[in-house]
Amino acid sequence: MNAALDVHELSVRYGRTEVVSDATFAVAEGESVALVGESGSGKSTILKAVLGLAPDWSGRIEVFGKARGHRPDPKVAQRCQMVFQDPYGSLHPRKSVDAALAEPLAIHGLRDRDARIEAVLDDVGLDRRFRYRFPHQLSGGQRQRVAIARALILAPRLLLLDEPTSALDVSVQAGILNLLKRLRAERGLSYLLVTHDLPVASFLCDRLAVMQRGRIVEIAPVATLREGDFADPYARQLYAASQVGGVEGHSA
Amino acid sequence: MRKTGMRKTGMRKTGTSTASKPAGWRAWRAWLLDDSPGSRGQADAGRAYRLTAALLRNPLAVVGALIVLGLVLTAAFAPWIAPASPIGQDLSNRLMPPSSAHWMGTDELGRNIFSRVVHGARITLTIVALVAVISAPLGLIIGAVSGYFGSWVDRVLMGLTDMFLSLPKLILALAFVAALGPGIENAIIAIAITAWPPYARIARAETLTFRQAEFISAMRLLGATHTRIIIRHVLPLCTSSLIVRATLDMAGIILTAAGLGFLGLGAQPPLPEWGAMISRGRAFILDQWWVATMPGIAIIVVSLGFCLLGDGLRDVLDPKHDDA
Amino acid sequence: MMREMPDGATDDLLRVQNLVVSFPGATRAAERIEVVRGLSFTLARERLGIVGESGSGKSMTGRAILRLIRAPGRVAATRLQFDGIDLLALPERGMRKLRGARLSMIMQDPTFSLHPIMSVGRQIGESLSLHESLSRRERKQRVRAMLEAVRIDDPDRVAKLYPHEISGGMGQRVMIAMMLIARPDLLIADEPTSALDVSVQASVLQLIDDLVTERGMGLVLISHDLSLVARFCDRILVMHRGQVVETCIASELHRARHPYTQALLAAVPRLHETRDTLPVLERDDRMST
Repeated sequence: MNAALDVHELSVRYGRTEVVSDATFAVAEGESVALVGESGSGKSTILKAVLGLAPDWSGRIEVFGKARGHRPDPKVAQRCQMVFQDPYGSLHPRKSVDAALAEPLAIHGLRDRDARIEAVLDDVGLDRRFRYRFPHQLSGGQRQRVAIARALILAPRLLLLDEPTSALDVSVQAGILNLLKRLRAERGLSYLLVTHDLPVASFLCDRLAVMQRGRIVEIAPVATLREGDFADPYARQLYAASQVGGVEGHSA
Repeated sequence: MRKTGMRKTGMRKTGTSTASKPAGWRAWRAWLLDDSPGSRGQADAGRAYRLTAALLRNPLAVVGALIVLGLVLTAAFAPWIAPASPIGQDLSNRLMPPSSAHWMGTDELGRNIFSRVVHGARITLTIVALVAVISAPLGLIIGAVSGYFGSWVDRVLMGLTDMFLSLPKLILALAFVAALGPGIENAIIAIAITAWPPYARIARAETLTFRQAEFISAMRLLGATHTRIIIRHVLPLCTSSLIVRATLDMAGIILTAAGLGFLGLGAQPPLPEWGAMISRGRAFILDQWWVATMPGIAIIVVSLGFCLLGDGLRDVLDPKHDDA
Repeated sequence: MMREMPDGATDDLLRVQNLVVSFPGATRAAERIEVVRGLSFTLARERLGIVGESGSGKSMTGRAILRLIRAPGRVAATRLQFDGIDLLALPERGMRKLRGARLSMIMQDPTFSLHPIMSVGRQIGESLSLHESLSRRERKQRVRAMLEAVRIDDPDRVAKLYPHEISGGMGQRVMIAMMLIARPDLLIADEPTSALDVSVQASVLQLIDDLVTERGMGLVLISHDLSLVARFCDRILVMHRGQVVETCIASELHRARHPYTQALLAAVPRLHETRDTLPVLERDDRMST
């Protein structure tokens, strides 16, 4: 069984600071793994390194068995894509939904544009009347759906998600989370999700890796969130902080 | 140019509808303002319409647009508008004051000043258009590339920009004339060479604002080359500020060209270039004020028109109001 | 300023009746858009939470109370009273005397709400000198005392720092210090912890909670986070599209009756989530925001 993503002793530097130190983990094919931690823990940086956007790293990164280089690579692009956090910044303000989705197809020289665009819009639950709208005519949730559609249009097998719902309202978040879960089931995708929100990881993922200041301190199955019996003290602290809620008693 | 295109689209009337005109226009308008356009053409047309409508809501911008339109039409139809030849001399009629026979009077060689001003519009428009067409895209590309790549590319290009920015227009024009001889073409080149740096700075500043934005990263991730990103994603975002700046610059270009003409470095006699006309009229300014003043008024009006239009465009294309 | 005591009513700190906040429509001809539609509530010296999503009007409510909404926005109400003072009738000068001294507001992101080129100590001190005239030494002492009250270690050193030199959590504490130093009676906190890390959120909220209790203040906590509000407030108002759809006591939140509140509660994923899909609220397709 090939791992969708294999990261071995990855260290990433920005200038002189080491932002990620010796990170090692794997995402099996069809699995969904979360990187959780607070801001500055380096979780988004790992995503960037996997995608070739953080050139200064050492270690080994393999996507579907093939080691990747330090720069963005069109071949890797076809196998691995990313959904960004900010729905307001991830779409070009002057390009319609149609243009935004046509762009990856044009870059990779794929034909039957119309069919593919319509299919992917259907997959993410956007009606065809959204096709020629511009980003400012879409709500946050709709923009995020377009971003997901753009990530999916090249049919990647591995999807990297950087806090995909943290900029969205609660009610909209539920819709996007459901969509992501459904897409994974339907297409057999593998996910690497970065989030600071443990409940989101609980809903979407099988395993989670807790990060603190650039290091992975613990990797545990998501079931650990039931009791919070993490081995690492920082992980326990994070779990406790996430319980700042008085409504846990609400019945399912 | 883009703005003419925008205006034409906005004014599109129904042609094929059999319904009465108001109903037809309403249907077109509804089609243009549709929330869910059905095709790329409709979306683009809708955007153009909204921008044009917003522009037309500003009375000063309308005045500016009309003046610019007037300039274009005058230049286009000069031979039909001008009552007499701009270069035909009639020494028996020299220095006649404005009257019903000569609307703007005559100059020292008996030539009808109104005709000369009208034909001079062609020269002015040519100079302005050519300078804009040369300098704006040049500055745009240099600025966008500089802002996009950063590091040493940025430093080299901005250093180059600074060098050209520090060249004074008229002195450079003098140098050109000394090297290549006087004439409109050399005047245009001289102005264009000193006009591009501000566009580079503007394009660079705009590019820097979204250089780190996620949509640029997304394009890199999708496998786009730098060239593709710059051409298809960066440049389109710089164009609004550039259009505004170019329009406002037109006034400056007209004045510089007039200055060159005044110094005898631009259009050569007998071409009716406005600046040269003012220069010629200097000698008579006290008694025959119209010889210098009429072309001067033309310069003022046209410069004002471009300024008003540019201001209006800025309000409409400003990202805060930016509906499109 | 006379204190009005209506018959039989308790000495409420804040009384809002039928608050309407409206903005002009998209085009000149369009009708005004009401972002707050007829909101009514009273607040004693207690902690009230206002919960809602974006567009519900919760932030506008906070700003309307402080009369921070400028033209072309319009604020109207049958009654908007703070401690017996009619806020709508008050001229701007009178309002300025109240703001900071008796009514205060903390906003979401300290990076944007603190002056970037003024030292932290000076900003807090300025807040104080607007309302009390003190000698420089007294002011410095008050600032230091306040920094200690918001649990900042080494207050003298921090007072000399600039906002970009301090972390988010500390920036928010500075904001709190600035807003509470003149001892107001009512604090409105608009998403005070949304921009902060999870671990810091709890301590900042606890701080607000402690200060409010200590000083006997009233607190209006505005947030999109239901569970947070349920934990730190006594009463909760749930807003949806400009109106209050539910009022309840915090501890009773799980027994909410309005379908919107229930849907909102159900839609949030839980720490240990076992459901296959999350229930989605019905949302009509609106244009952006």
